[in-house]
Amino acid sequence: MITKATQMRESTRGQGSPETPSLMRNSFEPRALRDVFLTVGAWLVAAVGAVPLLSVVYMLIVKGGARLSLELFTELPPAGFEQGGGIGNAIQGTLVTVAIAAVISIPIAVLAAIYLAEFRPDSRIAALARFLSKVLTGFPSILAGVFVYAAVVLLMGSYSALAGGVALAVLMLPTVTLTAEGAMRMVPQRMKDAAIGMGCTNAEVVWHVTVPTALPSIVTGVILAVARVAGESAPLLFTALFSNYWLRSIREPTASLAILIYNFSSMPFDNQIELAWAASLVLVLIVLTFNILSRFIGRPQV
Amino acid sequence: MSATVSVERPQAGNAPHVAIDCRADKIFHGKFLAVRDSNVPIEKGKITGFIGPSGCGKSTVLRSLNRMNDLIKGFRLEGEVNFHGQDIYAKGIDPVVVRRHIGMVFQQPNPFSMSVFENVAFGLKLNRFKGDIHERVEHALTRAALWDEVKDKLKASGLSLSGGQQQRLCIARAVATQPTVLLMDEPCSALDPIATRRIEELMLELKNDYTIALVTHNMQQAARVADVTAFFSVDISHGGRTGYLVEIGPTKTIFEAPQEQLTKQYIRGEFS
Repeated sequence: MITKATQMRESTRGQGSPETPSLMRNSFEPRALRDVFLTVGAWLVAAVGAVPLLSVVYMLIVKGGARLSLELFTELPPAGFEQGGGIGNAIQGTLVTVAIAAVISIPIAVLAAIYLAEFRPDSRIAALARFLSKVLTGFPSILAGVFVYAAVVLLMGSYSALAGGVALAVLMLPTVTLTAEGAMRMVPQRMKDAAIGMGCTNAEVVWHVTVPTALPSIVTGVILAVARVAGESAPLLFTALFSNYWLRSIREPTASLAILIYNFSSMPFDNQIELAWAASLVLVLIVLTFNILSRFIGRPQV
Repeated sequence: MSATVSVERPQAGNAPHVAIDCRADKIFHGKFLAVRDSNVPIEKGKITGFIGPSGCGKSTVLRSLNRMNDLIKGFRLEGEVNFHGQDIYAKGIDPVVVRRHIGMVFQQPNPFSMSVFENVAFGLKLNRFKGDIHERVEHALTRAALWDEVKDKLKASGLSLSGGQQQRLCIARAVATQPTVLLMDEPCSALDPIATRRIEELMLELKNDYTIALVTHNMQQAARVADVTAFFSVDISHGGRTGYLVEIGPTKTIFEAPQEQLTKQYIRGEFS
């Protein structure tokens, strides 16, 4: 008895013969060859993509690792022909300017994101703010420096760590705003409905449900933005400038790792060039730490 | 939201045995007339089941009882919904306060992404509850028949529970603040039969202390748990799809000797 299903199977095989089909692998069939070709190709391209990354890390560890010592973190940079010295003030300066940037940009960005995601997502102001944020994410960072030079440095009468922080904050603001908005939009509507059903005001829904639920993603966005601006040099040229001394007040110019690398790498002294390598390694380690941190915090909490 | 004053209405407040007196003359979504002529008194200490075919407006009516529909753009109710003698659609009524007295359980279990404990304590903290929070949380979880299953994992995420447990968690969250009325919008439609059974037992248990209004797509569920059943249908005669109340009465009467021909047909399964 031939059922309809077997009839169909027979007909797709072309011939009506009742022989069993071969299930053996045939490596020279065009489909199998195409599969091998694409797999090998993907591997090769991935390897090529990893070459620059790995070679940079390798160079940094080899050239910069040599100077890795306590002295590097505690000493001031050496003058011309001096031996030894460290990059302590540059590490301090980078951490301080980044901290200032975070303190300025995070509250503004998160509040703006709440407005965009929760309060008036469809308003014209929201559409405009979203558009401008997207434009700002691709904003040349040196222009942020020029802007803050005009807005802060000229006003205060001097280069300062504060101005550097403001410039970095300008760069952080759009990315943090957009990631925080995205994170809040990901909070399921039914959770918000539940909160409304419990008798929450709009503000209570936001503070007790939306923000806590979105927090891990918001923190991830913040840390990645921090990691990005920690390596910026262009905006600091016009704002924080550089200094050979420890930072005593945020109203003074400050050293930073990125500018120190730029300055020292072009000097004709081996000692300074070695320090520039070491500073590069330290900068990469700082950025890496932030990235790893963001992975841990980005995991769902409870 | 504008209440039309009508002459043939004798009492403005609630009859003593009625928890929410819903007189939804018309419910609009923008220009679209979604529901008409639905007077549904929700009786105290009883389960009122809302049944009817899809699109008959039973959920819309339920959500009007705690002003959840305010979230929908263009929503407008003509008529009144009396709760404790006050029209909750009157001027000056704060919908947020209304919702604190009339709890809601949704179709999809929707615990917050917090621990089991925090989920139940949420409403208490919201209302700045001054007593023993632990005791109230335990009590609410016990009432929701969930305590024994979660007492060792109060710190685990509410989202880590199974679907049926999540829904009971949502019920615990709703009863923790001791509202007088619970609105349940198809609370079992996302659950398997065993979990459904447990929720139904729970509803029968809860009706001693709470008034329950239950929307269900499942006629048998209404037959099993509801004391009073309201049958809604859709009127497509005017081109639109307008839901309306066909009849309301004791569940036994609705299922065994309905007044209306339409109800009879629906109960017999001639349309759905």
